[in-house]
Parts: sequence; structure tokens; C-alpha cells
Amino acid sequence: MNSTIARLVIGRLGIGVITLVIVSMVVFFLTSLLPGDAVQEQLGQAATPEAVAALRAHFGLDQPLWQRYLHWASGLITGNPGISMVNGLQVGDMISNRLPKSLSLAAVTSLVSVPVALTIGILSAMFRGSAFDRYTNMLTVFAVSVPEFLIATIAVLIFAVKLGWLSALSRTVDVHSFGEMLSVYAMPVMTLCCVLIAQMARMTRAAVIDQLSSPYVEMALLKGARPMRVVLRHALPNAVGPIVNAVALSLSYLLGGVVIVESIFNYPGVATLMVNGVVTRDMPLVQACVMLFCLGFLVLVLIADICAIVSNPRLRK
Amino acid sequence: MKSNINQSGSQNMATSGGSGQVAENEWLDNSVPVTAPTKHRRLPNPGGFLGFILVFFWLVMAVIGPMIAPHDVNGLVSDSFFGPISSQYPLGTDYLGRDILSRLLHGAPYTIGIALLATSLACMSGVVLGLVAAASGGWIDALISRVQDAMIAIPNKIFALIMVASFGSSVPLLIVMAAIAYMPGCYRIARALAVNVMTMDYVLAARTRGEGLAYIIFIEVLPNMLRPVLTDFGLRFVYVVLLLSAMSFLGLGVQPPDADWGSLVRENIQGLGIGAPAVLAPAVAIATLTMGVNLLIDSLGGRAKR
Amino acid sequence: MNEIVKVSGLRVAARTDEGVDLPIVHGVDFSLKQGEVLALIGESGSGKTTIALSLMGYARSGCRIVGGSVRIGDVDVLQLSDAELANLRGCRVAYIAQSAAAAFNPSKRIMDQVIESAMIHGTASRQQAQAKAVELFRALALPDPENIGARYPHQVSGGQLQRLMAAMALITDPALVILDEPTTALDVTTQIEVLRAFKQVVRERGTTAVYVSHDLAVVAQMADRIVVLRDGQIQENSPTEQLLAAPAHPYTRRLLAAMKPAAASRASARVEPVEQEKPLLEVRDLEVCYGKQVKVLHGIDLQVRRGTTVGVIGESGSGKTTLARAVAGMVAPSAGRILLDGQPLSGTLAGRTREQFRRVQYVFQNADTALNPKHSIEDILARPLRFYHGMKGKRQRERVAELLDLVQLPASIAQRRPGELSGGQKQRINLARALAAEPDLILCDEVTSALDTVVGAAILKLMADLRRELNVSYLFISHDINTVRAICDEVVVMYSGAKVEQGERSTFRAPPYHPYTNLLIDSVPEMHQGWLEETQAGRGVPPRIGVSANAEGICPFLARCPVRIDGKCNTTPPPRVRLDKGNEILCHHRDIELLQLEESVPVAAAG
Ligand SMILES: Nc1ncnc2c1ncn2[C@@H]1O[C@H](COP(=O)(O)OP(=O)(O)OP(=O)(O)O)[C@@H](O)[C@H]1O
Ligand code: SF4
Ligand SMILES: [Mg+2]
Repeated sequence: MNSTIARLVIGRLGIGVITLVIVSMVVFFLTSLLPGDAVQEQLGQAATPEAVAALRAHFGLDQPLWQRYLHWASGLITGNPGISMVNGLQVGDMISNRLPKSLSLAAVTSLVSVPVALTIGILSAMFRGSAFDRYTNMLTVFAVSVPEFLIATIAVLIFAVKLGWLSALSRTVDVHSFGEMLSVYAMPVMTLCCVLIAQMARMTRAAVIDQLSSPYVEMALLKGARPMRVVLRHALPNAVGPIVNAVALSLSYLLGGVVIVESIFNYPGVATLMVNGVVTRDMPLVQACVMLFCLGFLVLVLIADICAIVSNPRLRK
Repeated sequence: MKSNINQSGSQNMATSGGSGQVAENEWLDNSVPVTAPTKHRRLPNPGGFLGFILVFFWLVMAVIGPMIAPHDVNGLVSDSFFGPISSQYPLGTDYLGRDILSRLLHGAPYTIGIALLATSLACMSGVVLGLVAAASGGWIDALISRVQDAMIAIPNKIFALIMVASFGSSVPLLIVMAAIAYMPGCYRIARALAVNVMTMDYVLAARTRGEGLAYIIFIEVLPNMLRPVLTDFGLRFVYVVLLLSAMSFLGLGVQPPDADWGSLVRENIQGLGIGAPAVLAPAVAIATLTMGVNLLIDSLGGRAKR
Repeated sequence: MNEIVKVSGLRVAARTDEGVDLPIVHGVDFSLKQGEVLALIGESGSGKTTIALSLMGYARSGCRIVGGSVRIGDVDVLQLSDAELANLRGCRVAYIAQSAAAAFNPSKRIMDQVIESAMIHGTASRQQAQAKAVELFRALALPDPENIGARYPHQVSGGQLQRLMAAMALITDPALVILDEPTTALDVTTQIEVLRAFKQVVRERGTTAVYVSHDLAVVAQMADRIVVLRDGQIQENSPTEQLLAAPAHPYTRRLLAAMKPAAASRASARVEPVEQEKPLLEVRDLEVCYGKQVKVLHGIDLQVRRGTTVGVIGESGSGKTTLARAVAGMVAPSAGRILLDGQPLSGTLAGRTREQFRRVQYVFQNADTALNPKHSIEDILARPLRFYHGMKGKRQRERVAELLDLVQLPASIAQRRPGELSGGQKQRINLARALAAEPDLILCDEVTSALDTVVGAAILKLMADLRRELNVSYLFISHDINTVRAICDEVVVMYSGAKVEQGERSTFRAPPYHPYTNLLIDSVPEMHQGWLEETQAGRGVPPRIGVSANAEGICPFLARCPVRIDGKCNTTPPPRVRLDKGNEILCHHRDIELLQLEESVPVAAAG
């Protein structure tokens, strides 16, 4: 790895950190804007001002905003994002119980969807205009147009209600066999994959086709290269940057998608936790979850950026 | 003389009818130059036509839907829950025995109207900011871009959740929330387009003529961005519809007694087990709307790469 | 006898947006003998590339070969299946594309791309192919032939890429090589090296080739036979000698005439400047930096008197455009002054008055991008009228019609959009827009280089006429010394951001010149056969010198200069001296030494 690449990568890392700081400010100040806070809500209208003040002091809400921000931010960095306003538990513990489950859902989904999507995208670019391309195009338009809760409900209707193969609700208490794993993950993963594969395949196709219209592809054809070789050896290496980008964008979509899917299947992950936090207006919990999701997004984008930099031939020595 | 010419003769088995080049051209599409005059358009393909019909239909319904609804929207008109399709209730009845068609038609202005407003807000502010950033460059550009990048780093659904968590859910909030959530995307595209157009010689020509910033932005640059921006508008509209429906589906969107299509799905989710039209109809309505827009955009061929 | 390629009745059609087939090549016939080089020459849009590609059974997207036959050996290429075509391409027929920079895959090493056809067609093992490639690199006079293949395309220069592409084409010993404008994108001084390398390998290997070009002078060096095309039809097909000496077709004669702009517009009489008159534009010690460190112009001095034309010439990247942009206020100079009629002009756009803007107008190189595609011609011309002169309504319309008339376009064109005009028409509109301001000075950046020769010649003539009628001055930027010599009163030669020579037009007809000017002038192809063998340009090998001092201001031409002096050029900045004929040059040499330059260049072993 040469110094230009190293410099660029370090630059990206720096930008990522700055972005994360800005995000944390946006998140914190947005969630602290409204005067009525959870304390008031928790104690009800009848609470004495003293009781409210005491509880506020307990949560540190009586300090000025920027101090609270600093306190909160340093807590985040040290892995101590605060105490739930609703049940008084450590937010960190609540999340760390759920995190592995969400991560494994995301991991399984990515493992399934990325290879499938890349294959579909590259194939339909190779056979652009063919029947295969047209049908996949129709399918992918359909999949990106349909809300994921519809796909989820249809999946439940077919597999749980009509066929009775899988249970509608996930119980990940303990997974012992492959069959159990299948029944736990199958429907959430299937739902997430539908949209994800469609999005990624479309973007991959576009990236490859973009390369196919460049003069060096014409040149390769005029050297007698067959379409297969042209795509795999010429177009694909140059499409790596855009494709990785597409994958990262889609996977970050996954972060939002899990919110819906976890809720529908009652999957005990971070997203369900966060939705519950929203409903009960448990701000420390919501803030921490949001930062977690944003961190996930930034890491994905960072990886994509670095891949694009490393795959850029102009930076090679 | 080299002999490889003669070898080629023996190889020539004259099979196909010389149409090799045609097949190859089809997948190697050197697309038309951007500046080509687009006076004569090809007829839209069947998909595009279907898309146009769907979009047109739903736009009309968003306006006149509530007026032509056959039943009272909140009236418990039937005593069968999750009633089937019948001549009296063309889309069946819901979990309380209300007419689904009427509820669907009353939901149209919410689903479509909120999304349209939010998308328009997002696009307009995104385009204005993008133009300002592209035209001024320097630290203004850097500042706006950095903040927009940070906004993009908050996944839209997550952003929606924080907004609802901090401010509670209401129609104005949903509009503002969706607009803010999708503005960075509009901004990115608009800025990229504007930066491209700004480097064109005709813009330089206007600058060396001594034209002011407003003239350059509105007369020289904007007209050349319109088509891709409109395409982007359509795409973003789809995302906004999906986001708002998802929020309603979670119970965090439009609040009762009002109901958009997402809320209708949520209300009637219990009917799923018996395959009630009450839950399928609103879901299908959402899907046809978003698919119509997608098909329409695809047929116009200007799908911007995200 | 021996006809290796025979094209008969070839027809190609393009499909328009409405789905109608529009013929673009109408029944073309020609043939090539073994070892012959045939040139296809014509203006842009005459179908040169389309025909060349049909020889490989290939048509660009949107086009279709609709009839005729292309026989190579005894195969009819147009009857082959896809697989058979793939076997033919790159093996029996090879192609050298116009822009090597775009035709090389940016993410693969050069060697892999050069030997790819040999690998695809299995004509040689990898080792054999690589050895052969190195041999070809050497034959094509590429530097470091052993290792250049390990680089990526962006790591070699444009001229080298073009030669590497020739190696790529020749690796399979094809029966026919198609060269599609292989030197058009290059500077003349690079072009000559590439042409020499091409000619050498073509001669040595007895290659049969089709050479596509728009430049008769280049083609005269390479081809045995020339086919003149226009609108997809053959106008004339004759041996090179005959075509140059006695062109048969009127169109060929027009083409030949247009290629000698010197002869065409010599008529434009020089406006004698009034002595002692204050110059209209004065540039003093101008320095421009892009970014913090990259200095692209150093100490430029320049004067343009009223009613005269000053030509600026130099190779790509020498800073010509930057100079014009600095004068127009588009890039702010980091040092120096720009004076208009003695009044200082602000370096930035914001600091200039509307009147100053009006007096200096800019005409862009590329008329395609200089006119807003969304505006009608009337809008485009009316805007400066309203902006500078407050014209409205009927008067404005009349003036637009006058302007169109001035640039010899019909008034009916006013309602069209730029996309509906030809390149030449667009450039006229571009000029008319500048004239609408009634300026004193027009900055013309390569106004004819995107145009066909005949069209370009007409524009130059128009400009000369307008100058006489309206008494405007031009700062005329070009990379073509012939054009500059033809229409400018004074010529400035730039190299790498420095002014290396300046003088009256007439002084650019005979030596002594600055060594770079000398190279530039000698590199311009002349319209007679054998010029390539005769000219000395680019043959000399610079004499050995010691390491150059890192001093600021050392001669920028040092690395390429054939007459550099060790211990002087590489240590001290060159002085600005005046030659006897009045030219000012930036060099350590004096008249006598430079006069001897022609003969004294040490001739190196070929190329
Ligand atoms: N915006 C820019 N930023 C950085 N460098 C630039 C910029 N524009 C031009 N340059 C560099 O400045 C130098 C001079 O460029 P300029 O365009 O003036 O050359 P030119 O003589 O007009 O070339 P051409 O004949 O190709 O038009 C080149 O090395 C170029 O790469
Ligand atoms: S100063 Fe020296 S190196 Fe430069 S042009 Fe003159 S002789 Fe050549
Ligand atoms: Mg230039």
C-alpha cells in the first residue's frame, strides 16, 4: 500500500469521525429540544414540582444542555450511555443483551443477499435486453416498490398460516438444530433479502452497464474478446468501486429495514428495543440505539470508500 | 505473403445471416449524448404506460377520493368483521365492520398528500442548497456538504423514530420529518448536477459577461438540471410513501381517527390469517402507487444512479 | 491480383429516435492490395470510422450494416456468425483507436492488454507474446521497452499510449490493420514521433493498413492510395501522388485549398498601427497558480494593439487557455497586471465593471458546450444586447437579425436551439454573441480546432473580415502554427507556462527561431510525400548534460532541447534576448547558433 492510498484512507477515517460527532450533536439536540420530558410524563400531571425537580436532578436534566451533551458523549465513548428513564436499567446492558441477535440477523441476511444480488446484477448486465434481464427487472422493480411489511405479512400468510411450516413469531431463546435456526431466521431474513437483493442487483447492473459503454470495452470486443470475457475481465474490475458502494448503501438500508422486520416478527433485537423506547419516550435508550445504527452506517460507508480507493488503478504504483 | 488469409476461408462455414453486429450492439449500448435534442420521443413502453395510468389514477383519487367514497369513513356500517368482497362493500369491511373502500379513499389524501408535500419540500430545499453550494464553492460548500453528509449517516427510518420520539406524531411533523430525512439525498444529486453544469462553457460565458449569481443559477443552470431532478423527485416520492407507510404500520405515523394506508394495514393485521381483503387492499394500494411511479420513471429512462 | 481486402456496395444505416433507418454509408467500394496502405479521408460525419469498423463486421450501437460485402482474403466478413467474427477480430484484422487514453482499460497493466489478443486467439504462448511485445515496443521507439509493459495506462504519456496500441494491434501479425485517427489527439511534436514509429513498423513488416484521418498532410506521409469521402460516399479514389498533384474531384480541390489557410487568407491586409498608440491590452509579468504550488504561467508580457490580432501558440498544457482566462477574469493571477487601455483590470470577475466586461469578450473552443442547450439562438444573442445595451422589443429583434447576417447565417435560425445546428453554425453563433457586446477585444480560444478544415477556414475568413469591418482586436489562441501564421499580426510562442518567443508574423517564416519554435514549425506535416523522411524535427537527441540545478526560472524546454548547453542551460535561467529580425526569445543562444540549428542537430539513429 503506497502513501497516497494511506493518506486518502486516513482522510476518510477523519471525515468519518467528524461526521459521527456531528451526528451525535444532531441526535442529542433533537431529542432534547422539547421541554416536556419523560420525567414529567412518568410522574404524571399531579406530581409536585419538588418531585419532578428531584427526579430531573437524578437524571442530570437540570444541567445546561451543552454540559449534558458532553456528559452524554463521554458516556457513549466509555460504553456507558446512561440509565433508562422507564425501568432504571443500564441502557448499555439492555442493548448488549439484544445486539448479538440483531447482528446475527444482519449477518445472515448479508451473507444470503450479497452473493445473490451480485450474481443477478452482473448476469442481467451481461445479457442486457434479454428475457432474463427483463424478468429480473420486473421483479426487482416490484420488490423495491413494495413496503417490507407487506412482504412480511404475505410471508406470514403463506408459510405460517397456510402452510404452517414456520412460526409467525421468532423465539430465539435457544437454537439447537438447523431446523430451529431455519424456523427462527427464515422469515425475517427472507423479508429483508427481498428488498435488499432487488436494490443491490439494480445498482450493480447499472454500474456494470456504465462500464460497458466505455471505449475500452469496444476495444476489447474489437480484439475478439467474447462478451463473457469483456464483462468479467474488463468491465468488472472497473466497476468494483461503484458496486461496493451499492452494496454499502443497500446494507445501510438493512439498518432501517430491521426496524420493521423485527417489529413484525417480534424479533428480540435492538430495533424492537428502540421502537419500544420510542413508544415509551425513553430518550437515553433511543439516543443510544440511534448512535449505534449511525455507527453501523458509517462503518459500512467507510469500508466502501476504502474499497473504492484501493481498487482505483490510478492510485496504484 | 502470409497465409493466414487462406486459412480463414476454410473456417467460413457461412452459418448465420450476418447479423452478428446487431446482437452485439444491443448489449453494448453507447447511450445517447446528454445534450442531444429530445424533441421526438419514442412512444413509452407498455410498462411506462401502465405506470402513467396508475400514477394518474392515484393522483386523481387523492383529490376526489373522499368525495366519491360510498360510505361514512368511520361509520360501523356492517356487522360482519373482516367481511368479504361484496357488491355493497366492494373491498370488504374491516375489523370493526367499516367499509374498506371508503376508508381507502379517505386515506388516499393522507398517503399521497403528505408524501407529495414532504417530497416537494425535500426536493426544493435540496435543490436550493445544492445550487447555493455549487455556485459559491469554498467553505460554504464544504460546510453545507459536511452537514448533509452527517444527515445521510442517520438511516431514514431511524431518523423518523427519533423525530417521533422527541416531538410525538402529527401530520405536520410527519411532513417535516420526511422532508428533512430525504433532503440530503436531493441535495447530493442537485449539487452534483449543478457542479457539472457550472463547469460548462456557457456558464463561464455568462460569468465573463458579468451576470449576477441569480441569473446564472436560474436562467443558465436550473433549466439544464430539471429533468434529472424530476426523475429524482419521483424516486424520492416512492421512498417517502414507503417510509410513511412503515411508520403508520408501526403505529407511529398518522394517528387515529385519521388513517392512511399504512394505518389501515396495521388496524386490520389480525385479518391476515383469514386472508381478509381489509388488510390486503391497502397494502396493494401502496404497492400499485409506488410501482406506478417506478415504472413511469424507468420508462423515461432518466433514473439517476443512487 | 493480390487483393487482400475488397469492399463492395457497403451500406450502413443509423436508426433515428423515431425508428427510421437513415443511411450513413451509401454503397462504398474499394480494395487493398497486400502491403498497401489506404487512407480514408473526409470531414467529421463523412463515415470514415463507420466504414473502418465495418471492415471488422462491427457497427456502433444504433448503426447497422445493411448491405454489401467486405471480403478479407476469401471470407465475407458480413456473413460471419458472432463467434466467427470474434475469431477474426484482433487476429486477422486489428484496430487502433483514436483515443488510446480511453481505449486502454485503466485497471489492467499495459502488457496484459497488449498481449490479450494473442491470448484470446491462442496465436502464441504468454512468454512468446511478451517477448514479441517487447520487440514491438523497441521497434516503436518506446522508452524502456523491457519494463514499460508493467505500468498502468495512466502512467505513460498520450503519444506513448498510441504507440503501445499499435503494438497491441500488431501482436497477432494481422493481415489488415485499421488505424482510426491515431494521431489526432496528439500535439504536433508528439505526432511526428508516433507517425515515424508507425511508418517504420508498417514498412518493415509489410503491413496492409487502412488509415483513417481528416488530415491530408498526415495521410500524404502514410498512404499509398487515398479515398476521399463525403457524406458516406466516395468522391475520389486515387494514388497519393496523383491526388496531391492533380486532384480530380472538385471536393478534393476544396479540401486541399482549405488545408492551406496561409494561402487562403493572406489577403487580409494588415492594419498599420498608429505609432506610439497606447496598447488596447497590456499584460505585465502575469503569473497564475492553480492551487497553492502549481504555477502554470510565469512572467508573461503581452501587448495587443487596437485592430490587430495576436496569436498565442503552444502545445497542450502550455497555459494558453489559462492566459486567456486570466485576461477574462476567470482565474485570478497571483502576480502581475492586466491593463485595458491603460486602466488596470481587476483579477477577479467581482472586481470588474459591466463596461469592462463588455469590452472584453471570450469565444470558447467548444461551441457545443458554449451555448446553453435550453436557450434559443434568439435568447442567446439577445441577452448581451439587453444586458449591455438595454435593447428591447423590436430593436432587439432587428439587431439579432443583423448579427446573424454579420456571421452569414439566415435569420430563420433564430428560433432554433443549439442542438439543431451544425458545428460550424454553432461557432458562428458563438462569435455573434461576442460581437453583440460590441467589444474591443475578443479572446478566441481554439475557435476552429473542433471544426472541419473547410468549415474552420470559412470561420477564419469571417473573423478576418469582421476585424476589418468592426476594428476589433483578437487574442487568438491555437495549437496550429499554420492558422496562427495565416491570420495573426504578431505571434507569441508559449512553452510550459513561459513565453519563449514573440515576434511579427513575417518573422515566423524563416529561421532563426527559439529551439522550441523550431521544433514546433518543423513538426507540422507538409502536404507532400516524403516530408516525414526529410524533416529533422524530433530526430535530434539532446546532448548530455549534468544534473540540473533546482533553481527557479531554469529553461522549461531543457529536457527536450536538442541544442542545450551543459553548464549553462542547466544552471542559469535563460535571458530574454532580441534577435536581429526583432523577435524576442528566452534562450542562451544567439542568432548565429540558432541559424545553424537546422543543420547542426546531431542526428541520432532512427527515431
Ligand atoms: N482548474 C485547474 N486546476 C489545476 N490545474 C489546471 C487547471 N486548469 C488547467 N490546469 C493546468 O494548467 C496547465 C495549463 O493549462 P491550459 O488549459 O492553460 O493549457 P492549454 O495551453 O490551453 O492547453 P490545450 O491546448 O490542451 O487547451 C496544464 O498543466 C493544466 O493541467
Ligand atoms: S535555454 Fe538552453 S535549453 Fe533552453 S531552449 Fe535555449 S538552448 Fe535550449
Ligand atoms: Mg486550451
